[in-house]
Amino acid sequence: MKSETITRSGNLMADLQKSELLRVHSIETFGTHDGPGIRLVIFVQGCQFHCLYCANPDTISIEGGTLMRIDEIVEKAKKQKPFFGKNGGVTISGGEPLLQRAMLSELFLRLRKEGIHTTLDTNGKVIDKQTKQLLETTDLVMLDIKHINDDWHHKITRLSNVNTLKFAEYRESTGKPMWLRYVLVPGYSDQEEYLHQLGKHFKDYKSIQKIEILPYHQLGMHKWEALGWKYELEDVKSPDIASLKKATDILQQYFKEVSVG
Amino acid sequence: MKNQTAETKDLIEKKLLNLPIDVKGFVEKNVTPYYGDDSFLEGPTTRTNELWQVCLDAMLKEREKGGCLAIDTETISSITSHKPGYINKELELIVGLQTDELLKRAMKPFGGIRVVEGAVAERGLKVAEEVLNVFKHTSDHNNGVFSAYDDEIKQYRSLGILTGLPDNYARGRIIGDYRRLALYGADELIKAKKRDLKAVTGVLSEHKIRLREEITSQIKALKDMVILGNSYGLQLNRPAASAREAIQWLYMAYLAAVKEQDGAAMSLGNVSNFMDIYIEKDLAAGVITETEAQELVDQFVMKLRMVRHLRPGAYDDIFGGDPTWVTEAIGGQFNDGRTKVTKTSFRFLQTLYNLGASPEPNLTVLWSQDLPEGFKKFCGKVSIDTSSIQYENDDLMRETRGSDDYGIACCVSYQELGKRIQFFGARTNLPKTLLMALNEGREEISGTKVLKDILPLEGEYLDYELVMENFKKSMSQIAEVYSRAMNIIHYMHDRHYYEKAQLALIDSDPGIDMAYGAAGISIIADSLSAIKYAKVKPVRNEDGLTVDFIVEGDYPKFGNDEDSVDEIAAYITKYFSEELAKHACYKNARPTLSLLTITSNVMYGKKTGATPDGRKAGEVFAPGANPMHGRDTNGAVAALSSVAKLDYKDALDGISNTFSIIPKSLGSAREEQIENLTRLLDGYFELGAHHLNVNVLDRETLMDAYENPEKYPQLTIRVSGYAVNFTRLSKAHQMEVITRTFHDSL
Repeated sequence: MKSETITRSGNLMADLQKSELLRVHSIETFGTHDGPGIRLVIFVQGCQFHCLYCANPDTISIEGGTLMRIDEIVEKAKKQKPFFGKNGGVTISGGEPLLQRAMLSELFLRLRKEGIHTTLDTNGKVIDKQTKQLLETTDLVMLDIKHINDDWHHKITRLSNVNTLKFAEYRESTGKPMWLRYVLVPGYSDQEEYLHQLGKHFKDYKSIQKIEILPYHQLGMHKWEALGWKYELEDVKSPDIASLKKATDILQQYFKEVSVG
Repeated sequence: MKNQTAETKDLIEKKLLNLPIDVKGFVEKNVTPYYGDDSFLEGPTTRTNELWQVCLDAMLKEREKGGCLAIDTETISSITSHKPGYINKELELIVGLQTDELLKRAMKPFGGIRVVEGAVAERGLKVAEEVLNVFKHTSDHNNGVFSAYDDEIKQYRSLGILTGLPDNYARGRIIGDYRRLALYGADELIKAKKRDLKAVTGVLSEHKIRLREEITSQIKALKDMVILGNSYGLQLNRPAASAREAIQWLYMAYLAAVKEQDGAAMSLGNVSNFMDIYIEKDLAAGVITETEAQELVDQFVMKLRMVRHLRPGAYDDIFGGDPTWVTEAIGGQFNDGRTKVTKTSFRFLQTLYNLGASPEPNLTVLWSQDLPEGFKKFCGKVSIDTSSIQYENDDLMRETRGSDDYGIACCVSYQELGKRIQFFGARTNLPKTLLMALNEGREEISGTKVLKDILPLEGEYLDYELVMENFKKSMSQIAEVYSRAMNIIHYMHDRHYYEKAQLALIDSDPGIDMAYGAAGISIIADSLSAIKYAKVKPVRNEDGLTVDFIVEGDYPKFGNDEDSVDEIAAYITKYFSEELAKHACYKNARPTLSLLTITSNVMYGKKTGATPDGRKAGEVFAPGANPMHGRDTNGAVAALSSVAKLDYKDALDGISNTFSIIPKSLGSAREEQIENLTRLLDGYFELGAHHLNVNVLDRETLMDAYENPEKYPQLTIRVSGYAVNFTRLSKAHQMEVITRTFHDSL
């Protein structure tokens, strides 16, 4: 199912490109958890990953959502300026934004002209010329690291983390700001050795301002049921305070700021 | 704590005899704006804690007795009717209760003896014969109104087209300038009133005759205040000469008002920076410490929380929770650019920590873009911790209304202090008006013919132009009847239940705003949008009355920052406002309009048939100017932006909006939450919005939502990159949200 989606997405995206359209899942005008300040968050449709715990499984398929013109989004952002203050702005999340990276370059370019801060919340799966172009107009990257170990990464997402790590390396080379996001799933991504490995891998990155731990939750489960999909983590509980504290303590050895989202 | 200092005495004397009465000038000249943070604040004293415990115990007993602890059925309440009452005399720094016992309710029957009789009977008691006998010889407000109402008004009232009119209860909303008693003392105020009386001379018009009678009764009220003060050992005839006295005098003035009247809402005004002047003087002279200053404010606020009125059960159906709306406006800016924020602004908010959260007094922050950052932050913090603050746009109100010395009448209405008053008029049901426009002028439930010349709408689908034409005709006719009712009501209230204590503290011939109201604007916007942008097919019963509507296709909904529908809401508001303004008002009052329902949106919904937006018969309205539940699907900023498009100039009595959120949805860390909330307020008010009630839900509320999800149809939970309607989650996941929302340690 997955590979088929990816193949088809290539063509679909090319069509969208010409018409200056973005395939959008939903909009949140009071985004307070996806980047600094109050943000207009555009959740785009479509993702290559198929994470076991995905909270928005309805954004995975490339075919859902609604088409929005990018000038419409720029207008929305301009209207929302009084709420942004000095920290806020626009965040593109998803789904996976990189599937529509060329169009997003254009969007970010226009937002920047309006003096609006741009943030990209991404899994970093695609790192090519177009991605690099997009990163030029991205004020902040929030890179989701699903797992530092590639086997576990496969288990969680069905795909490899190699590109994600390359993406991080590239962002580091540009010297521009980046946050890491890490979903802490008991039994899947909370192993001490791997948390240390994650820290060691990134400890010398100067572009990383902070790492956000996102405690796993089951709030998306009802969406899986609605899609008729089996939710495999039914028995996995949210991390308790103790394990959150432990993860925080470990990561604090490597990152200057660790927060819990 | 001493009573007086040389400095305060000096300060007061300089201000005295400097008539005409000018509290605003006194405040402007002597106030000390504060630009710092909340670090100076102190907790409660042992004395305050002990005293508050007595109140808590009494309130517990009150709840156990079904919401009313005791009633004095023998006495007609007046400024001087009761012996002094105390919570605990030893511990009280600020004294005075409405009756001789804490939480004992008094009868104020001049609004309507029958309503009082009913309320007393509901508690298994009986009004004393002596009191009933009085009304064999005189009339009351309720009686007076109904002797003048015509059949049409009565029909509008019984069909629920006009509802909640103050025709059988006291109108309230008038704010006495209670500061005057503290600044001048009763003797000077009486002198000033006597001068005013003398000046009303020449050819005596009806207005002048009435004015002479009114001023005379105000003088009587001022004399009664002195008697009231004497019973507590206070010399209210002279000005207050210390912080404690200033607060005590001011409270006595307010107490006189709530002993005489039981208005639906009796606001306090804007007293904190006035009090601050006296507190600053006493602090500077070393007469009191910060702890003692806070103690005075805590004890004053405690008294305000103990105010009670005798209400019938039916009243609670409309205004749930036995409210008194002792609204105190805090903060804002002077027109000269300085801030009105003082340390006592902080001290008032601090009472929410020292005494715990409470809806009363109704603390209202006047929000300006220019408020000091330290104060903005503290407001954000208090909002998140207590949910007990509402916000109004100070920049907008000063710019539109002029004066910077104002209070908030009831919930949202600007009222210049001591200079203008307001005639309260509840509201009309706009969705019902629309339904009459679709039913040839017949009320949709009873089928009663109400409006004239409303053409039948033929064809399978509703036509936007034809509907608009009918709707406008309907609004015009309703405005005319509404205006008639209001003139009768306020004429009679003046005649039978004149607020002499409050008006004694206001200029003798004040300006008046006639406060009309409308409910259901978001239903109107969505209904008209559905008719315009989708296809709406009315379903009619055998009498041709609409019983349901089938909406085919989608349409833009109010609350998503979509101009196409938001403009409809703004246009209808303007149109109805202009229709109301066509009719002359009693006492030359100036017509204004509010978009406000308080808690009555539930009741309105129950009594209104299905509407063209797809809302079913009996479904609740959104409160005030809020978007309809669940239809704002783009987040809070979009919802707020839609409401902000309603023009304050078309609804000068206020545009109410209630915003509910859980702390986590404001941001992850506490600092972020505070920052984002203040930013949200800045943004909302920068767009020219008027009012926002901020409801930051605590664990207890979420637990209640878990138990009674039907009460929280619009509760949204936000975590990283994800939003969900709380009620759609399974019980187990709701519990997880609750746990998750509140595990904020680490």
